[in-house]
Amino acid sequence: MPAASLDLFAIEELLSDEERMVRDTVRNWVRERVLPHIEAWAWEERFPRELVPEMAGLNLFGATLKEYGLPGLTNVAYGLVMQELERGDSGLRSFVSVQSALVMHPIMTWGSQEQKDRWIPRLAAGEAVGCFGLTEPDFGSNPGAMRTRAFRDGDGWVLGGEKAWITNGSIADVAVVWARDDDGVVRGFLVERGAPGFTAVDHKGKYSLRAAVTSQLVLADCRVPESSRLPGAAGLKCPLGCLTQARYGIAWGALGSALATFHAALDYAKTRVQFGGRPIASHQIIQERLVWMANEITKAQLMVWRLGRLKDEGKATFVQVSQAKRNSCWVARECARLAREIHGANGIVNEFPIMRHMMNIESVYTYEGTHDMHTLILGEHLTGIPAFMPPIESRE
Amino acid sequence: MKSCVLMAYVPDTASVIKVAAAGNRIEEADIKWIVSPYDEYALEEAIRLKEAKGAPVTVLTYGPERAQQGLRECLARGADAAVHVKGGEGTFGDALAIAKVLAAAVRKSGPFDIIFAGIQGVGSDNALVGAMVAELLDVPHVTGVVKLEIGDGAITAHREIEGGTEVVTAPLPCVVTAQKGLNEPRYPSLKGIMAAKKVAIQAFVPADLGVDEGALAGAGATCRWKALALPPAKSGGVILKGEEDPAAAARELARLLREQAKAI
Ligand SMILES: Cc1cc2nc3c(=O)[nH]c(=O)nc-3n(C[C@H](O)[C@H](O)[C@H](O)COP(=O)(O)OP(=O)(O)OC[C@H]3O[C@@H](n4cnc5c(N)ncnc54)[C@H](O)[C@@H]3O)c2cc1C
Ligand SMILES: Cc1cc2nc3c(=O)[nH]c(=O)nc-3n(C[C@H](O)[C@H](O)[C@H](O)COP(=O)(O)OP(=O)(O)OC[C@H]3O[C@@H](n4cnc5c(N)ncnc54)[C@H](O)[C@@H]3O)c2cc1C
Repeated sequence: MPAASLDLFAIEELLSDEERMVRDTVRNWVRERVLPHIEAWAWEERFPRELVPEMAGLNLFGATLKEYGLPGLTNVAYGLVMQELERGDSGLRSFVSVQSALVMHPIMTWGSQEQKDRWIPRLAAGEAVGCFGLTEPDFGSNPGAMRTRAFRDGDGWVLGGEKAWITNGSIADVAVVWARDDDGVVRGFLVERGAPGFTAVDHKGKYSLRAAVTSQLVLADCRVPESSRLPGAAGLKCPLGCLTQARYGIAWGALGSALATFHAALDYAKTRVQFGGRPIASHQIIQERLVWMANEITKAQLMVWRLGRLKDEGKATFVQVSQAKRNSCWVARECARLAREIHGANGIVNEFPIMRHMMNIESVYTYEGTHDMHTLILGEHLTGIPAFMPPIESRE
Repeated sequence: MKSCVLMAYVPDTASVIKVAAAGNRIEEADIKWIVSPYDEYALEEAIRLKEAKGAPVTVLTYGPERAQQGLRECLARGADAAVHVKGGEGTFGDALAIAKVLAAAVRKSGPFDIIFAGIQGVGSDNALVGAMVAELLDVPHVTGVVKLEIGDGAITAHREIEGGTEVVTAPLPCVVTAQKGLNEPRYPSLKGIMAAKKVAIQAFVPADLGVDEGALAGAGATCRWKALALPPAKSGGVILKGEEDPAAAARELARLLREQAKAI
């Protein structure tokens, strides 16, 4: 029996022609240029740097910007780009998220004209790679407690501290580094590759995002000129604002991972035969898993679509973004597990994409605010009570 | 210099094809439509010509409302203008009728120095329209081109023939039909997609071009599709057990290949 359309709620009709064309273009590119090689790249723990010019040719970097001749995509179209990239691999999606939302976005928002002119065209063309340094070895969920300092020194600044888990760290030409100044204000600096005292070392032994670079940044009395400071950025709200941009894309991206594992599981269930010569898809237990996946993916798609439209109208809030990021990553994580179960032993080898997605999604679930942090953000929104600090027993 | 690309918007080669109730058409409901892959080569060649010599590219299609989306895709890849002749329901699959409409549209939107088409349109796979358009316009044509050089007033084209390559020269204007291998088509850029939205597509009906579509579809039809049938379902195949007596299995395989499959 032919399978019915999977788009039961006609979500396709919610997209404009351009949005569909954007999605299909990136989907085709991923199918032709990424999928044939991605298992090998992940296995070899290699970021396919050679794809950067192609991604730039497609205008994947800074795609929502209108300035500097960039495409000015709607937020839904941008989300669909993220979805299709992550349908390929979270590592590639992470690269584009960082370049666009965490590097080009802060430069456009808080940078000087000179900084914009210097970096935006090069980042858009993929001639320069960027990274975003907020997390530190001792401060992840609580970046406000960061130790990295920026001291005034004559007409410049001296940066000191360490950043950890930085996507693109060692391949970046420019790092957006967040540090606290003498007055305790968080400031952003554009630290260029080769700046004195600035080094990057890769995290080794990752089981997740193996096709992406993740590094530790060391700033040892790193002197940078005043012109490298983002003049408009003051306070923790700035890096957190960048994260809201990136999280929005992740909310879509994670669904790409969910779609990849779901479709793999559906195909496998229809072709794998066990017991009485019948495909495993004929068992109710398998159908229940497939239905769970399809159902959650549909709900999540409607959520991110609505969020995208709100964002286009300038009405999206960080709480909504938290909810969508939290939901999509959870759905993708569960889909990867269910797909793994359906694939049996084949689910553990890299002939199938399941384990790669399953391992990748663990990073996505954790970075840009862990699932727990988004629970607390939503919890605070609902109750009015912030629950980030654990209660301390009274000493009376 | 100006070029024109004839673009057919066809069912995606990955679509699952079903025969419609009428029996002589495919069921269009769940079909995804794409720019015919050979027309992608045609378009890419035209865009390269534009990049090399500044020749603006006009894309032309004859088809129903949905074909406009195919024109947008071509604009997103770098075409400058698009012409949509709306219709084609009655002339479906009739290469000469299609060629007459296209030739009239080329006359109306031209003149063009070179007209590119695909060698054949995926779906009907006729390989007629390009050559027919050339005849109707009374210009030379070269079909199945895998390599093309465009000089002053003339082209040199390489075409694949049985067991070799033929090198042909032709004066401009002329029609060239593109074969796989001519080039590697580019992906549209996101910027191109957003810009394509703003280009006004010029729309005609055949009557605007002085073509009586009703006559082409009725008394004047040169081709009518009577019936469509899906190929018979593949059978499960035969597995010969060779572990115990490999020599016997090999003999049996040779016999089946000769007598049943008639492959040797
Ligand atoms: C592959 C990868 C790439 C990354 N890329 C970047 C990057 O480019 N730039 C960047 O700045 N950072 C990046 N990160 C870092 C990421 O943002 C952090 O790992 C994340 O914020 C979590 O911080 P942590 O690892 O220190 O965990 P912790 O904050 O130590 O949390 C550990 C656990 O405790 C839970 N927890 C913490 N506090 C609470 C609480 N109050 N209540 C309940 N539970 C709590 C967390 O949810 C988590 O489960 C990346 C991480 C990974 C894995
Ligand atoms: C390899 C090969 C072998 C063949 N062998 C034989 C044979 O042995 N015997 C035989 O009799 N015939 C043979 N043929 C020819 C073929 O099967 C028939 O001649 C054929 O019946 C008719 O053509 P088509 O040209 O309709 O147009 P199509 O093939 O459908 O289209 C060709 C091109 O025309 C343009 N075009 C078509 N429709 C439109 C439209 N609506 N709008 C804009 N542009 C359009 C496009 O650029 C398209 O790529 C062969 C063909 C091929 C390719």
